[in-house]
Amino acid sequence: MTNQQNWPLWEVFIRSKQGLDHKHVGSLHAADAGMAMENARDVYTRRQEGVSIWVVESAHIHASNPEEAESFFDPANDKVYRHPTFYNLPDSLKNM
Amino acid sequence: METLQTPGREMTDLTDYVLHLADNALILGHRNSEWTGHGPVLEQDIAISNIALDLIGQARMLYQYAARLCGGTQTEDSLAYLRDAWDFKNCLLVELGRGDWAFTVLRQFFFSTYQYLLYQKLTGSRDATLAAIAEKAVKEVSYHLRWSGEWVVRLGDGTQESHRRMEAALLELWAYTGELTTDAPYESRLSRSGVAVAVPSLQVPWTQKVTEVLREADLRLSLEALLGNTWMQQGGKLGTHTEHLGFILAEMQYMQRTYPGSNW
Repeated sequence: MTNQQNWPLWEVFIRSKQGLDHKHVGSLHAADAGMAMENARDVYTRRQEGVSIWVVESAHIHASNPEEAESFFDPANDKVYRHPTFYNLPDSLKNM
Repeated sequence: METLQTPGREMTDLTDYVLHLADNALILGHRNSEWTGHGPVLEQDIAISNIALDLIGQARMLYQYAARLCGGTQTEDSLAYLRDAWDFKNCLLVELGRGDWAFTVLRQFFFSTYQYLLYQKLTGSRDATLAAIAEKAVKEVSYHLRWSGEWVVRLGDGTQESHRRMEAALLELWAYTGELTTDAPYESRLSRSGVAVAVPSLQVPWTQKVTEVLREADLRLSLEALLGNTWMQQGGKLGTHTEHLGFILAEMQYMQRTYPGSNW
């Protein structure tokens, strides 16, 4: 499996059913976008896990820095009024 | 002179035809499964194993139908595990040894192109069971065709080494492609009654598709040299096989032959 070192890494996102979001499911190696798409189909949707696939080359993903987590996320801690939890949702709304 | 169709003859022909389709799928499925655990990269190991499973799934549906046609004690398992090489009616192409990755993907591409065209037409068969099986299988096969075609281009138009291997595979496989579109007597009789597909009618579209992809794969010149070669290997559809089939059956049937009726 030495070839894998030369192939870029891709992140795979799957939409499990219509109306839901694409969710990150994992990553794989592929030589190009076409192969990444087919590999994702073969590796991640063979048990009917999805209806749509996105692949993104991992190099194109910019991630937040864990060391900055405090300044990034903690300020939201004590501001409950920003949460939409005071609304009553009808039961028929399942995926909110 | 062609004798008139009798119900008995049509029944035997239909059984032969269904077995021919089933054997093609089973033997190539088994060949491809030899890659499981040995694929060039993890993702492709899974891809070729998926294709193997699709083919074995098709074989099962067809053997179940053939067993109903045979009646008696025949089952899908007895048809797969207890017939000998001369009873198998698969094309020679599918039984050839596994080869390298270039050989595997090119063989798959030749076969999937044929199977795609075949199943597309078979959905209009007068035989409702065959039509239904074809309808289900054609979706799988269009993916096999896409996957294998992309690999042919990737290797043919890849490095010097991959191009060389693709060219070698093409030279080795070519003489086995003619049998796909040459009909056996049972096929031609059944195609006249609207049950089977007249495979000679697939030759033009098959060559078109293959030419298109091989051109993209930078293998146009090799192909053009071969297109003049009209001599083709054949015999598989009537039970005359290469030495490869005996070995694959020995491996596949060993358990059932040694411990008859065993299951797990």
